[in-house]
Amino acid sequence: MRKSFLTLLFCLVSCGIFAACSASDSDAENAKNNNTLVVLNYGKYLDESVIRMFEEETGIQIKLEEYESPEEMYTKFSAGSIDYDVVCTSDYMVERLISEGKVAKIEFSSFSYYENIDPEIIEAAKVFDPEANYSMPYFYGTLGILYNTTKVTEEEVQTWNVLWDEKYKDSIIMQNSVRDTFVPPLRLLGYDINTEDFAQLDTAVQLLIEQKPIVYAYYVDETADEMAAGNAAMALVYSGEAAYAMELNEDLSYCVPKEGSNLWIDSWFIPKSSQNKENAQKFLDFLCREDVAMLNFDYVYYATPNTKVLEQLDDETKNDPTIFPSENILANCVVYKQFSKDTTEHYSYLWKMLKSE
Amino acid sequence: MYKIKRQFLAGPYLIWIIGFIILPLLFILYYAFTNDTGTFTLENVTAIADPVHVKSILLSLKLGFSCTLVCLVLAYPLCMILSSFRFKHQSFVVFLFILPMWMNFMLRILAWRLLLSNNGLVNAFLELIGIGRVKMLNTPTAVVFGMVYDFLPFMILPIYNSMVRIKDDIIEAAHDLGANQLTILMKIIFPLTLSGIISGVIMVFVPALTSFVISDLLGGGKVLLIGNVIEQEFMQGTNWNLGSGLSFVLMIFVIASMALMNIFDKDGNGGTAVW
Repeated sequence: MRKSFLTLLFCLVSCGIFAACSASDSDAENAKNNNTLVVLNYGKYLDESVIRMFEEETGIQIKLEEYESPEEMYTKFSAGSIDYDVVCTSDYMVERLISEGKVAKIEFSSFSYYENIDPEIIEAAKVFDPEANYSMPYFYGTLGILYNTTKVTEEEVQTWNVLWDEKYKDSIIMQNSVRDTFVPPLRLLGYDINTEDFAQLDTAVQLLIEQKPIVYAYYVDETADEMAAGNAAMALVYSGEAAYAMELNEDLSYCVPKEGSNLWIDSWFIPKSSQNKENAQKFLDFLCREDVAMLNFDYVYYATPNTKVLEQLDDETKNDPTIFPSENILANCVVYKQFSKDTTEHYSYLWKMLKSE
Repeated sequence: MYKIKRQFLAGPYLIWIIGFIILPLLFILYYAFTNDTGTFTLENVTAIADPVHVKSILLSLKLGFSCTLVCLVLAYPLCMILSSFRFKHQSFVVFLFILPMWMNFMLRILAWRLLLSNNGLVNAFLELIGIGRVKMLNTPTAVVFGMVYDFLPFMILPIYNSMVRIKDDIIEAAHDLGANQLTILMKIIFPLTLSGIISGVIMVFVPALTSFVISDLLGGGKVLLIGNVIEQEFMQGTNWNLGSGLSFVLMIFVIASMALMNIFDKDGNGGTAVW
């Protein structure tokens, strides 16, 4: 027994030594090569030719890392094995990281093209970045209803009420994420989507419980494909996902109901741990440049806050409500705020209550 | 010298068991009995009495029982038929059982989701023969169906193994002594395969009780099992303490069901003792 224990100890120690060695190796490599930029971004969210252009113009090498969800980004980022220089993620995650003190200020005064960014979007982003000095908006969009025009008319989806219509039993898809699914009932009741009032949330969950029997499913990633396959008439989705689904099936259309909804803003920030803050700022300034922003817009096809790009677009694209929400819709849309711990727990409880019904 | 070498060979397994079984269990225990500030509390464990959690654990038990029952009813007669065949290569039969397990179970469940969906193949077929579309996906029945589909081999294998071990002489002797088919089944075959049944029941019931992926994929987020609650606490609510507390309670359920089964397994032979 004792022998086997020693063997075990030996193995564990040698594992530890190996791990330590490899870690210090990569550190040394990083320090040597300081003309690089480690970028962390959503998958397929940056045109490759933009990376090449940047490398040619500045001589800075870009290492691109990609992720799927903000939570995955948070785990990767917090693991700390790689010092990322510049990161793009969703509004509430930016807020969380700012409040954790992990974000460095960006010196926008050194930028040449920051003025291209729409001041209205910068204003809207102040919900999660009050001084607008920690983050730079990249793309934005809304949460709305993706509907099949062969089953639902355009007039019907002007209100969130349509999601409670018995006529569409078993053909409504809701989001399998608690905050998004709470948006329709909260807006129908006329409450703020960032409300932390438990009584209001309890009223909202009653509406969702009422709705559950006619809901086909609560999906996240599957929604776009299920809608494209014609398995449901309506789905609560983000505009980006709606655009993807509409490419697959031309019967689909997207609308943000008049009661208002969530506005999401994906933003760039520079972590405090960044080793190349200057390069990171150069990169962000580069992204604001008209031609670069245009390339990215053509590739991603979400609403861009870059006013110079907007000016160049033809009217059809500019007025496409799937990409660019109209003024009066935008006026009713609000960015998510990070909740206090109590509210998060209450939300989580109400979610279980709804699901176990 | 020979002995030391043998112990050395157990090293990797020891590391495995400590690193991936014992340590995680200790972590869960630690989280289960502390709150987020690290002080001792029983709240996470007693949270199981919350109506929402009671509902989901009852649903888990119900679906687990149905799944086990359906598997047993399907597997037992099948095993009797299969063991009565006398192939030249008996292992071919076993091979057939294991064949579906070669493919990842998630993929198989995803395939079922496509088949059962509103516009899926099964509905298209039903419409063709005039029955009309039926809503199948995203119901508790669909979840039980998926569980049965996934766990059936785990019921068949132990029962089949215990059945082929019964010697023909014993059954012939029973015939000679005047027993009819029913008596043979009840007095000979059933008692001799009991340990196989118990293994099968445990191997099906325990994963069915704790599963959350199948209910996610075939339940469309509408079927909340206790496994889903725990997953939600870890992945979305990020309340690891509550998630661990509920996992701890679920572990007690699992161990209790295994202990209960072993009471029935009086002879305890056949290498089926799990507890």
